Amino acid sequence: MRKALAVIFLGIIGYYLLAVFFQIPFGIDRIINGVAHKYLSDGVQKTGGVNIITSIVVNYRGFDTLGEVTVLFLAATGVGALFFQKEPMHRSRQNASIIVKTGARILFPLTIILGAYVFIHGHLTPGGGFQGGSIIASGFLLMFMSFRSYHVSHKVLSWIESLAGLTFVTIGLLGLVYGWSFLQNFLPFGQPNALFSAGVIPLIYIAVGFKVGSELTALLDTMLKTVK
Amino acid sequence: MEIIVIVATIILIIAAILTIHYKDLVAAVVASSVVSLIASIYFYILQAPDVALTEAAIGVGLTTIIFMITIRKTRRMEE
Repeated sequence: MRKALAVIFLGIIGYYLLAVFFQIPFGIDRIINGVAHKYLSDGVQKTGGVNIITSIVVNYRGFDTLGEVTVLFLAATGVGALFFQKEPMHRSRQNASIIVKTGARILFPLTIILGAYVFIHGHLTPGGGFQGGSIIASGFLLMFMSFRSYHVSHKVLSWIESLAGLTFVTIGLLGLVYGWSFLQNFLPFGQPNALFSAGVIPLIYIAVGFKVGSELTALLDTMLKTVK
Repeated sequence: MEIIVIVATIILIIAAILTIHYKDLVAAVVASSVVSLIASIYFYILQAPDVALTEAAIGVGLTTIIFMITIRKTRRMEE
């Protein structure tokens, strides 16, 4: 009985999906006719950012990005709540070998600089806040794995995270004040290809980078501390 | 370029099958991170460097370590 019902439901869903897909003519170049062409041809003039993907993520679809950041925040909060213990926790791993330690000590600042570069130059080169933030978190992970006593302050991390989230929303509200919609650009575009260009895009992506980096670092630290 | 794509596809399919097949979960996680690595090379070849960066940082780095921690906290062998 249940299997028959499942088959009927699948059939109904499949029928409507097929009906929708048959509306789209097959073999037509969607890049020339669709919305992608609009983004590619007008994107640089309308947003000032040379990297069109960043322009779409932060400018055209900025509200979605705010939702995405919120989802990540909720996931991190959930993991933190799941692993919460009253007494302070310590990582119980043994120390790594001298080779790993030396390598980690050399690689850690380079990784942090690479992450910062990726999210500061999000409007010029590939990458952005999410990628830069996760690169920074993997740098911290390297230190967690190599040094048993390496310690990050969760209070500082949550302050950074809250301030970054607040910056994102404040920039959005300033757009409402100086423009006519939430996350509207209110700064001058400047010269394309320059570091200080594209209006609010770099500011938002720097905030996202700090937020994602601190969130993932706190998450990894909490998870590593619960491993016996 | 053709040869790179063919070799990458073969490795991708083998690693994906191994991910399902392994009973040892640590080996399965390593195989799935190989899938992510090849996928990130693919994204780069298909001119999507942003997605390639994301896949490399999250798929290869963070997901693998989170799975490893989870395996450490639970059981290593699949029944």
